[in-house]
Amino acid sequence: MTQKEIPQLAAHDEVTLDRAFQELLHTAQQEAGRIASAEDMEQFRLHWLGRKQGRLKSVSDAWLKTAPADAKKAIGQRFNQLKERIDQVLEAGAMVSSNVQPGDAIDITLPGIRPGIGAEHPLIKTLHEVVGIFQRMGYSVGVGPEVETDYYNFESLNFPPNHPARDTQDTLIVAHQEHKPLRDRLLMRTHTSPVQIRTMERQPPPVRIVIPGKVHRNDAADATHSPIFHQVEGLCVDENITFSDLKGTLDHAMKELFGSSVKTRFFPSFFPFTEPSADVQISCIFCGGKGCRKCKHSGWIELLGCGMVNPAVFGFVSEKQPAYNPRKISGFAFGMGIDRIAMMKYGISDIGLLYSGDMRFLEQFA
Amino acid sequence: MKILSAWLRAYLPTLAVTDRQLADDLTLRGIAVEGVFDLAAKDGGAGNGSLFEMDITTNRVDAMNHYGIAREAAAIYNIPLASLDTALPKGKPIRPAYPVSIEAPDLCGRFTARVLRNVHIAPSTADVAERFAMLEQKQISNAVDATNFVTLAMGHPTHAFDLDKVEGGLVLRRARKGERLKLLDGTERTLVPDDLVVADERKALALAGVMGGWDTMITPQTKNILVEAAWFDPATVRRSSRRHGLHTDASHRFERGADFAAPPVASALVCRLILAAGGEIEGELVDVIVPAQVARTVDRATIQLAIGEVARILGRTVDGQAIDAGTIERYLTALGCRMAKTGDGTYSVHLPSWRLDLEREIDLIEEIARLHGYNRFANTLPSFAGSVVELPTAAKEHRIRYKLLGGGYTEAISSTFCSVTEAVTFTPLPDNVVPLGNPLSEEAGCLRPSLVPGMLAMLAHNLNHSVDNVRLFEMGTVFLGSTDRVHEHPALAMGATGTVSGNVHGTARPYSFYDMKGAVEELLSAFAARSVYFDAFPADAGLMPKWLHPGRAARVVADGSTIGYFGQLAPQEAVQRKFKQDVFVGELDLERLFRQELSGIVTQPISRFPAVVRDFSFIFRDTVRWEQIAASLQSLGIAEMRRMEPLEIFRDARGKTVPQGSYSLLVRTVFQSQERTLRDEEIQNWSDQVIAQLTALGGILRG
Repeated sequence: MTQKEIPQLAAHDEVTLDRAFQELLHTAQQEAGRIASAEDMEQFRLHWLGRKQGRLKSVSDAWLKTAPADAKKAIGQRFNQLKERIDQVLEAGAMVSSNVQPGDAIDITLPGIRPGIGAEHPLIKTLHEVVGIFQRMGYSVGVGPEVETDYYNFESLNFPPNHPARDTQDTLIVAHQEHKPLRDRLLMRTHTSPVQIRTMERQPPPVRIVIPGKVHRNDAADATHSPIFHQVEGLCVDENITFSDLKGTLDHAMKELFGSSVKTRFFPSFFPFTEPSADVQISCIFCGGKGCRKCKHSGWIELLGCGMVNPAVFGFVSEKQPAYNPRKISGFAFGMGIDRIAMMKYGISDIGLLYSGDMRFLEQFA
Repeated sequence: MKILSAWLRAYLPTLAVTDRQLADDLTLRGIAVEGVFDLAAKDGGAGNGSLFEMDITTNRVDAMNHYGIAREAAAIYNIPLASLDTALPKGKPIRPAYPVSIEAPDLCGRFTARVLRNVHIAPSTADVAERFAMLEQKQISNAVDATNFVTLAMGHPTHAFDLDKVEGGLVLRRARKGERLKLLDGTERTLVPDDLVVADERKALALAGVMGGWDTMITPQTKNILVEAAWFDPATVRRSSRRHGLHTDASHRFERGADFAAPPVASALVCRLILAAGGEIEGELVDVIVPAQVARTVDRATIQLAIGEVARILGRTVDGQAIDAGTIERYLTALGCRMAKTGDGTYSVHLPSWRLDLEREIDLIEEIARLHGYNRFANTLPSFAGSVVELPTAAKEHRIRYKLLGGGYTEAISSTFCSVTEAVTFTPLPDNVVPLGNPLSEEAGCLRPSLVPGMLAMLAHNLNHSVDNVRLFEMGTVFLGSTDRVHEHPALAMGATGTVSGNVHGTARPYSFYDMKGAVEELLSAFAARSVYFDAFPADAGLMPKWLHPGRAARVVADGSTIGYFGQLAPQEAVQRKFKQDVFVGELDLERLFRQELSGIVTQPISRFPAVVRDFSFIFRDTVRWEQIAASLQSLGIAEMRRMEPLEIFRDARGKTVPQGSYSLLVRTVFQSQERTLRDEEIQNWSDQVIAQLTALGGILRG
């Protein structure tokens, strides 16, 4: 087909134009239907889109360029529709033609190539989870040194001078401290609680702080004990902070951590730096409270220590921050062992694995 | 401690709950019952009740006995507590009274003595024997059992002396230096003046509050008895108990503060039990009291308790109310307090002599919360109007962790401690290692000055367990300084060994220096440092750590500050650890790295014009390093040179295609403009410049 086969337009009205373009479209569709090979496809492309001899070029020359100015828009629209349709045929054909000659089939059941990303440490993961819960409740994050003075680790937390925890059998100490006054002696902090004091000394109330950290005790290692372990501590001090606020906060946190069906119960305990003090149990996350081996058939698992900040602690703090007047403000503190929570969550039976760097263990958390 | 529910019920005639319920209610109020064992089931009979295995906190010495626990139950259930029957027959009058003197009034606050004549030493009565059997308490004789029985009943330790072995009256005095005393356990102890002894005119008879003496013990031949019931200074008993390694039922109670008012009661109860088998009392009870100690115990100052404070600290109960005055009064009275309203919503509270642990208003508030039951308080959430602050390093730490995890490194946590030998090897400042005073072991003798020893231990652990493909990192604290001042700072260690990307679809290659360098580059790209470079020093310059391979390690510097070192482990360290494959390790000082801000991201427009690639193949002497080549091409200052990278390096050991001592390098350059399509002449001109630069470095263009 050449340009000669493009008839001149009889008129430039809509009906004439529609009929003329319909005819071309019909021809194109018929030809498209006869395409059977890549050569046919190339022929089709040349016939319609060829730069010099292509029919669209002819149509453009014969109809569009010669048209009166007021008809150009109507012809241009129809021309574009036709071109679009021919492009569609060619695109579809491109897919068809590649199907015609597929490459060799591969064994898609062979394993894929995994990029091998690293595994998060279960303790870091759990620390972040717990800290995140309290951050969403308006707690800022605080940290403190791992080597502490006796003052921050014990004295300011209301531990009496002869408290067993202060003994070297329980606490790892830095060498050569004997010549110093007791309160200045350096030791490995046995809990994250010193950061409570450091925070309050730095800022007046209100305080809401969550403290993750590594702590140490002079414990022989076995399946459930490690001289190194991790804690998350929390402190909330303001006017009108009550024991029922402590209960509500921890109940909410435990539901966030273990699921909304978890229940908490509190019972009296003793810590030098809180009063009243409480131990907190959660309903067993394994049996839902019915009793199983994991909860020693009690239905409950002990998880937290907490209490109202002992006025004596405010007494120590108010030496530097007088705003901590125990008659005006009150607060609560809590602490939990992250190792134990992680072990429970992930079914880890030996705490030593957490500190072994064993790839066979750690890779399970990838 | 073991407790019999039947014994408790004897003091609580109206107690209506089951043993299980009683155990639960006690536990939830801080008197922890760890186990409940049904005694009826054990011996087939009925009516024996249960055995409670208790865990009483050390501050509650008053509850370490049946009567004390019964008092708690009476307070919980608001039921009456039976009083103890201390009635005794009148003693045969005698003058003068039995002589007792307290010569160490700071160590002994009260001493009572009662003389029993013509007693009959025999096995205990069936009643006592039965309870001892259930409690697995050893029976000795009625007189000795009586003292133990009373301790179990109401908690106050007493002692019975064979009066005929006592010479003259009793003296409470400090032991003489080097004085010797044979105790009931058969051991002979050498005493010091800090020990308090019960003595007669000639010799020490007993280590007060800890253990009685051998010579005056009750034997089957004993006819006359002196019953001691006393109150000793807690600190004195604690020190004697520690010093002599003697932890007894008596010392356990005295050192935690016994009841100053209890001695006459305990004495009466003991005497009743002994007299049941015969004998009579001689004279009155001798009761010597040190007035100064009365003020410390029974006559302590009253505590002011404001009713408003109870609500301020405890908040609301589950019914939405604060605890009211009536409830407060009821709980504290049941515990033995005497309450006097002083108007304006305040009580003046007189404390019971058996509760030395109560000292402040908050102690009373705790008692109220405890007896009410913690779980009967509402769960509320406090309102808060402060700001929330994140740690300044949190985002940086997160970014590092994210990059390393994405790069295939697994996070680990290792010991905070290392051996002194390791510490000295892995720190540039061996004098700044901080030793522990009581290390767990020699291998953990000091605070780690570096994370590298821990990382190597973890690599070794994996290799020893046939895990030969390892990628680990640890972020943790390292410690330097002295035993007077310890500086802590955060560090990052990386450790790797094995192969990369080996699988069924392609062969593996060994992990190399460049893998670790890439990881370090990736980390540093997160930070806004203007200049980052890597360098190495000749091995003999002493500027690279000795634990790194002298030719395969680098230092990384950001904006003039040394951030860390990494590379292959030094051969001598590898041999020492028996590593059979190459191991790579590095450590970054995060305190320094964290001084850098995280890099902000500003996107660049993507060019609409085509890029042109030109590759150049050159032969260079080995002395020419990539750093020089890159610098020389950068110095051309061609803005359109978008990329420039080494594409391939080739060496020929036989020197055929590439001479020995030289290498062939394929450099790829990519040119592109943001504004226009580049012209052929421009590209040619730049290519000529590149060739000229590389030739100037001694490079030979390959055909």
